[in-house]
Amino acid sequence: MSVSKSLPHDAARLHVTGAARYVDDIPTPAGTLHLAFGTSNVARGTLTGLDLAAVRSAAGVVTVLTASDLPFENDVSPSNHDEPLLAEHTVHYVGQPLFVVVATSHNAARAAARLGHARIDAETPILTIDQALAANSRFEDGPRIYAKGNVQAALATGTNRLSGRFEVGGQEHFYLEGQTALALPGENGDMLIHSSTQHPTEIQHKVAEAIGLPMHAVRVETRRMGGGFGGKESQGNALAVACAVAARATGQPCKMRYDRDDDMIITGKRHDFRIEYDVAFEADGRLTAVDFTHYARCGWAMDLSLPVADRAMLHADNAYHLTDVRITSHRLKTNTQSATAFRGFGGPQGIVGIERVMDHIASHLGLDPLAVRRKNFYADSNAGIAQTTPYQQPVTDCIINALVERLGHSAAYETRRAAIAQWNAQSKVLKRGIALTPVKFGISFTLTHLNQAGALVHVYQDGSIHLNHGGTEMGQGLFQKIAQIAASEFGVPPGQIKITATDTAKVPNTSATAASSGTDLNGMAVVSACQTIRKRMATHLGEVYNCAACDVQFKDGQVQAGATQLSFAEAAQLTYQARISLSATGFYKTPDIKWNRIKGVGQPFFYFAYGAAVAEVVIDTLTGENRILRADILHDAGQSLNPALDIGQIEGGYVQGAGWLTTEELVWDDKGALRTHAPATYKIPACSDRPDVFNVALWDQPNPAQTVYRSKAVGEPPFMLGISAWSALADAVAACGPAYADLQTPATAEAVLTAIHHTQRGAPE
Amino acid sequence: MLSSRRSFSEIPRSTPHRTGVGTGIWYRGGVIPMDVSFMLNGTSVTLTDVSPTTTLLDWLREERGLKGTKEGCNEGDCGACTVMVTDVDGALPLNACILFLPQLAGKHVTTVEGLSEADGTLHPVQDAMIVHHGSQCGFCTPGVVMSMATAHLNGDTDHDTALAGNLCRCTGYAPIIRAAQEAASAPVPPRLFDLSKSLPAAASLPVNQPMTSDELAALYMSNPDATLIAGATDVGLWVTKQMRDLGDVIFLNKCADLRGISETPDGWRIGAMTTIAEVERSFAPLFPGLGTMLRRYGSAQVRAAATLGGNIANGSPIGDGSPAMIALGATIHLRMGDARRQMPLEDFFVSYGKQNRRPGEFVETISVPHQADTLHGYKLSKRFDQDISAVCGCLNLPVLDGRFGAVRLAFGGMAGTPARASRAEAALSGQPVTRATIDAAMVALASDFTPMSDMRASAGYRMKAAQNMLLRAYHSLSGAETDVQEVRA
Repeated sequence: MSVSKSLPHDAARLHVTGAARYVDDIPTPAGTLHLAFGTSNVARGTLTGLDLAAVRSAAGVVTVLTASDLPFENDVSPSNHDEPLLAEHTVHYVGQPLFVVVATSHNAARAAARLGHARIDAETPILTIDQALAANSRFEDGPRIYAKGNVQAALATGTNRLSGRFEVGGQEHFYLEGQTALALPGENGDMLIHSSTQHPTEIQHKVAEAIGLPMHAVRVETRRMGGGFGGKESQGNALAVACAVAARATGQPCKMRYDRDDDMIITGKRHDFRIEYDVAFEADGRLTAVDFTHYARCGWAMDLSLPVADRAMLHADNAYHLTDVRITSHRLKTNTQSATAFRGFGGPQGIVGIERVMDHIASHLGLDPLAVRRKNFYADSNAGIAQTTPYQQPVTDCIINALVERLGHSAAYETRRAAIAQWNAQSKVLKRGIALTPVKFGISFTLTHLNQAGALVHVYQDGSIHLNHGGTEMGQGLFQKIAQIAASEFGVPPGQIKITATDTAKVPNTSATAASSGTDLNGMAVVSACQTIRKRMATHLGEVYNCAACDVQFKDGQVQAGATQLSFAEAAQLTYQARISLSATGFYKTPDIKWNRIKGVGQPFFYFAYGAAVAEVVIDTLTGENRILRADILHDAGQSLNPALDIGQIEGGYVQGAGWLTTEELVWDDKGALRTHAPATYKIPACSDRPDVFNVALWDQPNPAQTVYRSKAVGEPPFMLGISAWSALADAVAACGPAYADLQTPATAEAVLTAIHHTQRGAPE
Repeated sequence: MLSSRRSFSEIPRSTPHRTGVGTGIWYRGGVIPMDVSFMLNGTSVTLTDVSPTTTLLDWLREERGLKGTKEGCNEGDCGACTVMVTDVDGALPLNACILFLPQLAGKHVTTVEGLSEADGTLHPVQDAMIVHHGSQCGFCTPGVVMSMATAHLNGDTDHDTALAGNLCRCTGYAPIIRAAQEAASAPVPPRLFDLSKSLPAAASLPVNQPMTSDELAALYMSNPDATLIAGATDVGLWVTKQMRDLGDVIFLNKCADLRGISETPDGWRIGAMTTIAEVERSFAPLFPGLGTMLRRYGSAQVRAAATLGGNIANGSPIGDGSPAMIALGATIHLRMGDARRQMPLEDFFVSYGKQNRRPGEFVETISVPHQADTLHGYKLSKRFDQDISAVCGCLNLPVLDGRFGAVRLAFGGMAGTPARASRAEAALSGQPVTRATIDAAMVALASDFTPMSDMRASAGYRMKAAQNMLLRAYHSLSGAETDVQEVRA
């Protein structure tokens, strides 16, 4: 069986030789035109006119389109129909597209776009959480509230009580390949779109609306993305729609790719949050009441902000059993980029809230933060204790106690904690810190109907196999994993499987490759398709060779039917000659999930994925400079389909999560302009930022839920392991003084130094 | 615009002045086309009439159809466009996005398409990247592979440093480093060693690509409005990001006598075109504090292109080269035609964006006096590697018999120019090496500078951190561990 093997990414050889083709690498027909947006430099106001004469007369410009030139829908929103491709009357943020230049080259379009002048009656923008609250600028009527038990009573009667508040920064995706789309007009108005997107069906849908044709007239193809991380779930719509509209207008192929600065200025990022907490707890650290308030800065359009904010609420418990709990979530509308999906989809913000609470309680009680965490973990499933989440889903698959036990041991947490305390006592300038933080992450789209997938599998008469499904490849290794699944189903080597580009004409009505669901959903759909074909083959071969269909075995590239052994190719040939279809679709929908997102009650998740990390850091108390010295991770990928690829997701997720909470700082000025819009100013982790010592291991138990080969989703959960680095920094800061280390995020050197001063000046609690 | 160009009228042109848009390449208005010859993946390339500010990346992708080299940022910060450039001095990793075609004259460019053998045999770093799962989305991978292959060729096993300029958002770098470690012991494909032996024959260079500083001096005198291009690590962005028309340009990369470091009885003379990598190589052993700072100057790709003269002449308040050189008591040597003058480097910086440089005058040399090493170099940035300093503090603290000698404190990021902290210097010089002296200097530093707040740091943090750099040096002098980089788990 090829599942469970650590095979390389299917495109690894193409990657290292530069032969892997991304959208901008596809050879384009002669006459292809190139697009660039002219954008607003005002955050809020009324657009009274556009002076585009200089743009139109600039070298290479073919045409310029404004909102009034759009033939049909002017909308690229994935949700609320509130996101015009080009601004009509109102300008909502600095960077909002106002017009689109169509020119003979990418650089000609970029250069011309800067020559436009927008007349905007500027108004005072709403930029911050405080400004949005003051103006009651929000999505939905009021805050959403999920509750269990009686938090007010439990707070009032609590033995110890603490409250606090901190800011959680946003995050730029910084996929290495910027947003790109190419539209090739066909006959009859048909449109073929190549898009770097996690959601080809959404692109198809929005393009069809924009060119006034049914979805069947639009085909979207995505072979691979150069990174997505959620940033290509909805943010590619604008480029694909612009290209389609321009291709329709000019009759020529149109391509658009954002320059990096445009990409960062125009597209949405991870939601930044303010989190307030009011908690009660016993002397041993056990929580008795938790009241969270989330303030999510959603930006100007709704995009995916509601489910993101929901998921933050659904992860406010993380791995901790909370009896009396309330989570209040404000979804604030501001004149900034429309915040969007980003790996974890609100989960990280929810989880960092309760992890902060754990650290704060430990500081208050003078306990090891890990002791406080352990006091509050959900019971492991084998303990037989019925517990529910704050949204009343029973937690039946918990392994966090055993997992943390094993990790604590392998990482020598206790010994190292003691050694660090000793080291800190003699180190004047530098201080170390250590922390262990857990992750419990709910798997399924919380918009329940998205939990479906389709596949299309062809077996050719030479035994080669064409594989297609609704998932997209953004580097996570989905295509490789699913090829391994298909190869296992047919008992052939993976090389016999042809992995093909995601294509809305092959598998329709797909969900975004998101929510870590890519393998769970599409893998099952592929299994279904493969089994359909295999059954047909087995039935026929059973008849031919006088054995029961269930006794026909597909293994090692061979088919054993009774006493006869055939190669898979011979079996395919025989089945074909008997006039039996060797092509099948497959379909899957996740069972057992149902919930009410308004009330916050039910079973939104099919299962949970677990993990934990120990991080050790060092800080410089003079400048706040800091470094991760070591990370030890134990993560639950169920029965891994490909351990190497899963470990790749874990290592990468950890570093990306640590980046979110340390060096990655988004800065807007008081006019609403993003000041960190290029890698010169926005700092994702570089090579030397990874931990020197980086031990990653997989938990070795299969998923109790009936997932594909009992594997678990692994895209998002490891991201939140990075919280251990932030918690370890707080631990190091705590070594500098008596007061609570009120460390904010991102914990830049400046934020660490500020926290050091806070801990030195503050009164001991 | 035209008048500034008149003195170039005698430059021979084979085609009329081009403006407008070519097939995919933007011919920026008014720039005089140039001819350039180089080797690409073993094939000779001769281009005539290219816009001199055409980047290698645009040319490879749009003109040559070689799509393996990627554009990730178009500003030299992500490394996705890294190529190997070989000349008689060896092979360098360079960012193709901010490398203008004339900078390649006489060199050999190897792109990812030219790295493996003709029969498909992969380079050892390519093999190792596959075996260790070093690629996920694969978009950074060609650049990563080219940086790895160049380091491999040069026998450089400091993988973190070699790869600091290659951003990867997927892997967390661990498998890339494992691949680099494994490949280190594999032999270099001989073909790559031989590239420096098969460089294109020296072609006659365009007039605006002088071969000596004398030619440059005459040319620049005749057209003082021309833009001088050294390593293009900053000027490149004027083109790719600001989309500026540079007007007439003069490439300095062929002025051989402007490059290199020589020792004189008094000290060292550093030619303006000496790259940061070359300065680092020569000076890191002499001044380790300078070495650790220069190791973090940009990335391997940037240090291989950027020049000390360019870094200084550009006058940036946040460049790291100037504070270091000021702290070492460097003198800047300027030349205009045949006239030369010199001044202490700190005097060259007049105010933000303004230097003491006359039209037609260029930086010829930086000289540094012999001295014992008492330099402490501190670079403070949001990210450790490849980041612009929030504060760069270069503290030259000679100590004799328990007292500070004539100290020199130079800072970047604290004012509109790189500058000395004269009041803090006064508070230290001649005083006993005590905490009280340091405290006094920290107080004095607050009256030396009024830093500003920006996206890199707040004013308050800049000041606090700069003051604490004095304290860190003091702790360091007393033997305390002060560098987070030296701590191991």
